[in-house]
Amino acid sequence: MDVIPMRRMSSRQRGVIAKVKANGELGRRIRDMGLVPGTPVEIQGRAPLKDPVAIRVRDFILTLRNNEADHILVQVDESP
Amino acid sequence: MNGPGTQHLAALAGNPNCGKTTLFNEITGARQHVGNYPGITVEKKEGFCDLDGHQIRVVDLPGTYSLTAYSLEELVARDFLIYDRPAVVINIVDASNLERNLYLTIQLLELGIPLVLALNMIDAAAGRGVQIDSEELSRRLQVPVIPTVAKSGKGKAELLRVTLKHAEEQPLWSPLHISYGPDIDPVLDKMEAAITEARLLPELPARWTALKYLEADEQVMNKGREVNAELSKNLEDLAEAVTDHLQKTLESYPEAIIADHRYGFIAALLKGGVVTKTERADRLHFSDQLDHVLTNRLFGPFIMLAILYVVYQFTFTFSELPVSLMESAFSALGRLGEATLREGPLKSLVLSGIIDGVGGILGFVPLVLLMFFAIAILEDTGYLARVAYMLDRVFRTFGLHGSSVMAYIISGGIAGGCAVPGVMATRTLRSSRERLATLLTAPFMNCGAKLPVFAMLIAAFFPARHAQLMFLLTLLSWSMALLLAKLLRSTILRGPSTPFLLELPPYRLPTFKGLLIHTWERTWQYIRKAGTIILAISILFWALMAYPELPADQQERFRESRHEILSQLPEELRETLAQAPEPDPTLPEGFEQALAALHALDQEEAEAALQYSMAGRLGLALETVTRWSGFDWRTNLALLSGFAAKELILSTMGTAYSMGRSRPAEDLSLSEQLAQDSRWNKTRALALIVFIMLYAPCLPTVVCIVREAGAWKWGLFSLAFNTTVAFLAAVLIFLGGSWLGSGNW
Repeated sequence: MDVIPMRRMSSRQRGVIAKVKANGELGRRIRDMGLVPGTPVEIQGRAPLKDPVAIRVRDFILTLRNNEADHILVQVDESP
Repeated sequence: MNGPGTQHLAALAGNPNCGKTTLFNEITGARQHVGNYPGITVEKKEGFCDLDGHQIRVVDLPGTYSLTAYSLEELVARDFLIYDRPAVVINIVDASNLERNLYLTIQLLELGIPLVLALNMIDAAAGRGVQIDSEELSRRLQVPVIPTVAKSGKGKAELLRVTLKHAEEQPLWSPLHISYGPDIDPVLDKMEAAITEARLLPELPARWTALKYLEADEQVMNKGREVNAELSKNLEDLAEAVTDHLQKTLESYPEAIIADHRYGFIAALLKGGVVTKTERADRLHFSDQLDHVLTNRLFGPFIMLAILYVVYQFTFTFSELPVSLMESAFSALGRLGEATLREGPLKSLVLSGIIDGVGGILGFVPLVLLMFFAIAILEDTGYLARVAYMLDRVFRTFGLHGSSVMAYIISGGIAGGCAVPGVMATRTLRSSRERLATLLTAPFMNCGAKLPVFAMLIAAFFPARHAQLMFLLTLLSWSMALLLAKLLRSTILRGPSTPFLLELPPYRLPTFKGLLIHTWERTWQYIRKAGTIILAISILFWALMAYPELPADQQERFRESRHEILSQLPEELRETLAQAPEPDPTLPEGFEQALAALHALDQEEAEAALQYSMAGRLGLALETVTRWSGFDWRTNLALLSGFAAKELILSTMGTAYSMGRSRPAEDLSLSEQLAQDSRWNKTRALALIVFIMLYAPCLPTVVCIVREAGAWKWGLFSLAFNTTVAFLAAVLIFLGGSWLGSGNW
């Protein structure tokens, strides 16, 4: 059970958010979208140029840039 | 108590993509209008609905995910709730995405405003195997909860009935108190007490104000400082102390802790039978399966290109007939004016000033309408969000945002849009820098008004390569827009990018009504400019081209020459000529010649008059600069009028070039005339095309830029910047082409 930044997660991998390091506007946006510690997430895929990343969280699909995903630490399940 | 016949104010609040607009349309029908909130550019939609002899005025608040003060939309929504104090807020939540949607609900309840919850898209939720016990949810939240399906109108009557009942009861604001944990709660209580005692910001619930201080909400804190600097300072110190403590112990911020507890509250709320999921959670939804194909790393971009190509084809194929019908309608109107109006300034004003100017714009309404209809389909199905997702990486390279693509496409990115709604579409962008860069570069797209000019020039000089060249021009406008955006973002608009965080809503079948309303709103913005600014500017340009008139002695000289020609003809022929100046084979030889000579004289006079006019002199004066790009005074004139509306370029060129020719102009189209004109060649044509693509946005767009950017300087900037860029590009092409060879290749 590793804790890794969301950027490093592979497609279809699941996990639970452990920590959101961002603050200020980015932090607020991330929380507004329901990404708070304890929330399960699953990587849905990545855009053609590998960025942004699409995740499934709380019954919807959210996309965020890799440099934003860096601020989100996820406790990941075993590799998919 | 309110008697019958009163009006109640209700606000519609909810996340983006929760079906809010559909419900608003369903409730208010056609009885709505779109305006702006005072002083800012966020759209304010209002409508009315009657029920049991009462009227409900419904204001559709901008779709927001929360009530913080980071974006204009959120601020607007919040200020409306606080200062306009609607009797009831109808909060629409997406039943299939309840947790996140309730985050806004909780914030509305923290504010304490009377609320009715519309549990929307309950059918879609059921389709996903999600059952919601709305009665239990209502009991736990202490607010009415009505399941609805906005698309079909299901639950609408019940929702309105409950809303009206709620409004009639005039409930007091009762803020929801939730626990934010042991670190926050004690200090929150302390702050609340201090605020209540000092009556700081009495229009707001004290606890809410305290919460905003802890969340470091600039807007509320500024207001607090204004009315009571001392107390505000104390509150800020208290908040700072908690922040320090949380930083040391948890490496967190009060904001984050508060958000965590809100989500915790929601989780507890939905536990124990409120939400039951009957199907396996990992079941692939149809929407997800579609995304596996449509946003596939390999096929996604190709499918996107194909879809955009279909949109382009659809728009142009189906608009061909209506556009030509509109054109013939306006030329028929022109002929009618020609036949019925008396010679004189009024006739000239109506024909050249009004019918040509306004008709030129209205003629393209079918094309613009179809383009906006196609864009509305892409938008309402949810595909446009995928385009933003797929292209964000590209756009970010140029300092823009994935959502910039929307503004580009509406402005004419697929060819044939309008920069006015395009500039307005930048409202979805949150960062002011990215937004400015987008709205300043969107006018480089090939809008529906530039296309006919391109088409004319291409037909004249590159007849065999129409399709390829149009495609090339589309690519060129995108490259220029992106490169110049990059230039702006690395100079005057330098700064970090804003968070992307874009929701991909599930694919949905759009409703026809929604599509029509969507299409019409944008098309109307286009039509409206024809009736207002463009009408005024057409008249102004007509006056510039008509006045000052030729001096009397010159007019006299033309009259004498005309008289001379006529006097050489026999008496009876002179009569015929005066009655019907038409070529007629039954008439003798000398008549034809005289007729041609008279025509030449007319044209010569018209040209002299045009050159003598204000506009002509301006065009001539500009030749000292524009000879570097190969534009003569006639072209300059057309480009000047194009500043009013790009549609006018064509008609002004038509007027300017129909003069000074020995044969009646009706014989040849403008395109044919230019092709035969020895002064023109391919290089000149290309330089002109590129100049038109890039130069100053039309006046309605500039006005729109000023309004959207909030300062005149940006309107002026776009005028100067775009024209400079366009001129440099045209000079490069013209000199390069001339240097390479004759200019015809």
